[in-house]
Amino acid sequence: MNPGYRLGAREALGTPAAVLAAGYVGYGALSSDVGFSLWATLLSTAAIWALPGQLILVEMSSSGAPLFAILLAVAFSAVRFLPMTVSLLPALRAPAHGRAKEFLAAHLIAMTGWIMAMRRTPELPVADRLPYFIGFALALWLVSIAATGAGFLIAGSLPPVTKSAFVFMNPVYFLLLMLSDARTRVMALSLAGGAVCGPLIYLLAPQWSVLGGGLIGGTAAFAIHRYASRHD
Amino acid sequence: MTESLLVAICGAATYLWRGLGVVLSGRVRTESPVFTWVGCVAWAMIAGLTMRILLMPAGVLAETSLLDRAIGSAVAMLLYFVLSRRNLFLGVGSAFVTMIVLSLLQRA
Repeated sequence: MNPGYRLGAREALGTPAAVLAAGYVGYGALSSDVGFSLWATLLSTAAIWALPGQLILVEMSSSGAPLFAILLAVAFSAVRFLPMTVSLLPALRAPAHGRAKEFLAAHLIAMTGWIMAMRRTPELPVADRLPYFIGFALALWLVSIAATGAGFLIAGSLPPVTKSAFVFMNPVYFLLLMLSDARTRVMALSLAGGAVCGPLIYLLAPQWSVLGGGLIGGTAAFAIHRYASRHD
Repeated sequence: MTESLLVAICGAATYLWRGLGVVLSGRVRTESPVFTWVGCVAWAMIAGLTMRILLMPAGVLAETSLLDRAIGSAVAMLLYFVLSRRNLFLGVGSAFVTMIVLSLLQRA
């Protein structure tokens, strides 16, 4: 077996798994609160594997939104996976790995694994990169499914204060990861552009905030970076 | 049953973007401007989503105040960047503890 798998799993089963598990305990608790079944809750983590999409699904169905609207909102919240996959896969690709492994890896792409792989894989041998990502993300996926179940089962005994503190750890985790990765100018510009445009568009059209904020903020950052590069 | 079916359909809709990403990824050169632009959009989407959740959350987090979330984020950044060598567990854990302490103080 490629050593990348074990390396990835080992690096996942520390802080990343602990933090993600805490977030998914919060999600499991929330899902049980709004009356979702245990199986649907577990399936949502396994099949959607994206906390924002899962929160949208649970909140909209609990407020009685029509099926089509829920599906559309979840689909919209997942559009970010297209540029994420397009930007990550070429960094992992090696002739030794087949197409099937790439489609498996794609299902496991989510914020934590993506950020970690973008940062870590350039340091690894080319043949180990895809196994590293799969090992890392698969370990996180399994831990998160277990944490979702645990959160669901303890929901009844969890005070609301604790529940919101659990949920709060997710955006803070993303915030710290992003800030420590903003080392290049183009990345810092993109983060700033998104941080400004995302919330602004949310005020005008909530369903467009993720996609629209990314397109406008990211394109503006790209344009400024290109312009500045030419005048350096 | 219908619930699980809805979840499964949402999972399929999510995978659609990931699968499309695999199909398209071979056609974009890593050093090309298109690739840089796609990366910019991806980072901006995540930054926008994170800021939106912190500023205008939905669900249980909406019951906390903006000030609480700001203090929690500040404490996390302080512990992560200043007081530890970028230890994520300490950073994120301090956000959890801060949020609980602030909520308890407001009740008392």
